[in-house]
Amino acid sequence: MTDQLRDATGGDVRLTGIGKTYGSFTAVHPLDLTVPQGSFFALLGASGCGKTTTLRMIAGLEEPTSGTVLIGGQDVTALPPYKRPVNTVFQSYALFPHLDIFENVAFGLRRRGKKDVKKQVDEMLELVELGQYARRKPHQLSGGQQQRVAVARALINHPQVLLLDEPLGALDLKLRRQMQLELKRIQTEVGITFVHVTHDQEEAMTMADTIAVMNGGRVEQLGAPAELYENPATTFVANFLGQSNLLPAEVTGGAGEDLLVSVAGTRLAVPRARCATGAERVHLGVRPEKITITHATEQVAEGRNKLAGTVLDSSFIGVSTQYVVRTDGGQEVTVFEQNMERDARIVPGAAVQLHWNPAHSFALDAAQAIDAGTAEEAA
Amino acid sequence: MSRILKWVRAHLVVLAGLLALAYLVLPNLVVLAFSFNKPVGKFNYEWNEFSTDAWTNPCGVADMCQSLSLSLRIAVLATVGATVLGTMVAFALARYRFRGRSATTAMIFLPMAMPEVVMAASLGTLFLNMRIPFGFTTILIAHIMFCLSFVVTAVKARVMSMDPRLEQAAQDLYATPTQTFLRVTLPLAAPGIAAGALLSFALSFDDFIITQFNSGPTTVTFPMFVWGASQRGIPVQVNVIGTAMFVAAVALTVAGQWLGNRRKATA
Repeated sequence: MTDQLRDATGGDVRLTGIGKTYGSFTAVHPLDLTVPQGSFFALLGASGCGKTTTLRMIAGLEEPTSGTVLIGGQDVTALPPYKRPVNTVFQSYALFPHLDIFENVAFGLRRRGKKDVKKQVDEMLELVELGQYARRKPHQLSGGQQQRVAVARALINHPQVLLLDEPLGALDLKLRRQMQLELKRIQTEVGITFVHVTHDQEEAMTMADTIAVMNGGRVEQLGAPAELYENPATTFVANFLGQSNLLPAEVTGGAGEDLLVSVAGTRLAVPRARCATGAERVHLGVRPEKITITHATEQVAEGRNKLAGTVLDSSFIGVSTQYVVRTDGGQEVTVFEQNMERDARIVPGAAVQLHWNPAHSFALDAAQAIDAGTAEEAA
Repeated sequence: MSRILKWVRAHLVVLAGLLALAYLVLPNLVVLAFSFNKPVGKFNYEWNEFSTDAWTNPCGVADMCQSLSLSLRIAVLATVGATVLGTMVAFALARYRFRGRSATTAMIFLPMAMPEVVMAASLGTLFLNMRIPFGFTTILIAHIMFCLSFVVTAVKARVMSMDPRLEQAAQDLYATPTQTFLRVTLPLAAPGIAAGALLSFALSFDDFIITQFNSGPTTVTFPMFVWGASQRGIPVQVNVIGTAMFVAAVALTVAGQWLGNRRKATA
């Protein structure tokens, strides 16, 4: 029982009302966040959204303007970084160029006056498969190897929380995928709380148990990857995490568990549980891969949301084909279709029917920008 | 014909390099050669016969070794003073924003830009008016002053190029501010500090103009001794000291390079 209690709070990170302003610019609006012990937590957002500032406030490298930071129940807000039970894997690693790999990894142990560091360092280097590089200098290692040294240098101190600031940003795609799995494996093995900052939504979804999507210094939504993906609460989350079709719609009534909305005159259904708003005007959302595309002459089963339209464009991308369809209401809808039984009649110019399970729809308040979080908005 | 052209094209860089090297080293080789001369009269300008007299008796000339020792003492103290002060100034300028920062940056540059003779004369006037007796102290103060700019310039460039995240990483890994400075900041800034110190030593050791204006009757530095001797005829021992300094400088440089290479190759 006592063990359970200690485990329950040992590596908890609790942020209460934590905020940061630089002069008149607010980098992080006061936010509350709890990262449970042993979880892999991701702070996801575009550059400048305040995710790195939040991480640095946990590390103690940035002083919060307001609020408190608790680690394992202890208030560390006033503690300098070297007194906090956390370690950081920095963006571009920040390995000490004048020390060899062994001394880089041993740095934290030596500063705390630990004796007999050799055994521990050797073991740690074995864990990250860099045993034979102990006497090399950081610049003699490849990017992926340096990344592993940075992780080893932090983990050897057995921190209560490991903070990772875009740790994979400098690696090429293939290596990044490999390191994602590697980091996830290490996290499961050591059971330490990981707080991971990234702008890569795929990376966050692959690795994290819980994601906090940040935008403009605020947490937009917090939840498990599948939860965020299937049930986004804002247009930003809908567009930033994967891709969404958002259609302006008006609520016209209800039918049991469902809410009925009108999209340019066409009546569609959306489960009440998946409405993040009580507003009259909404954005009706559906993910491109949930939509089935069939030729206009085919019969579509009852009870599905249906939209008629014309194919504008189709592009073959191996596992799937991506269609852009203009609905009769004048909106453009993207559809991903698995390449299984392709209907040869569905080519640009063809009249088609789009249909999907109403349970896959979601509705968001139309007061938000419909293109928040899209690449177009960023550009 | 085309083969010759091709050869020239392939080796042009090497040839140019050798020519530049000869241009730099030839005067030193002449000094070396004449340190083994046995001149006929007072003047050591014409080759007479080979002799190791000067090398076996380097302090055989009156007052020369005293002046050498004075120059070395001043150079060491000026180097230490300028390096410590200059490093602190460089960190302040590179790391902090404060009132008078840009003025300091400009003023630090002044001793390098100003004609030396002007500075020498004005320093002399200053010391005279402050009633500070000319001698060891005034020379040392003057040397630290003009060495300072070189140290600041060298160290500041190095500090500016250092990644601030390295110090943050050290703090993150339980290093106190003092430990961070000693274990990370200082070793990283060391090449800049060493460059500044070496420059300071060389500049202080061979300074003539500023020293001439600010020395006392008994403080004759080595360059002043050589200048005085050149009126009557330079003793061969001066060539010995010159050669020894040259060899020491080359040895230092080669050792530095070798250490650097070895560190890169094996570490």
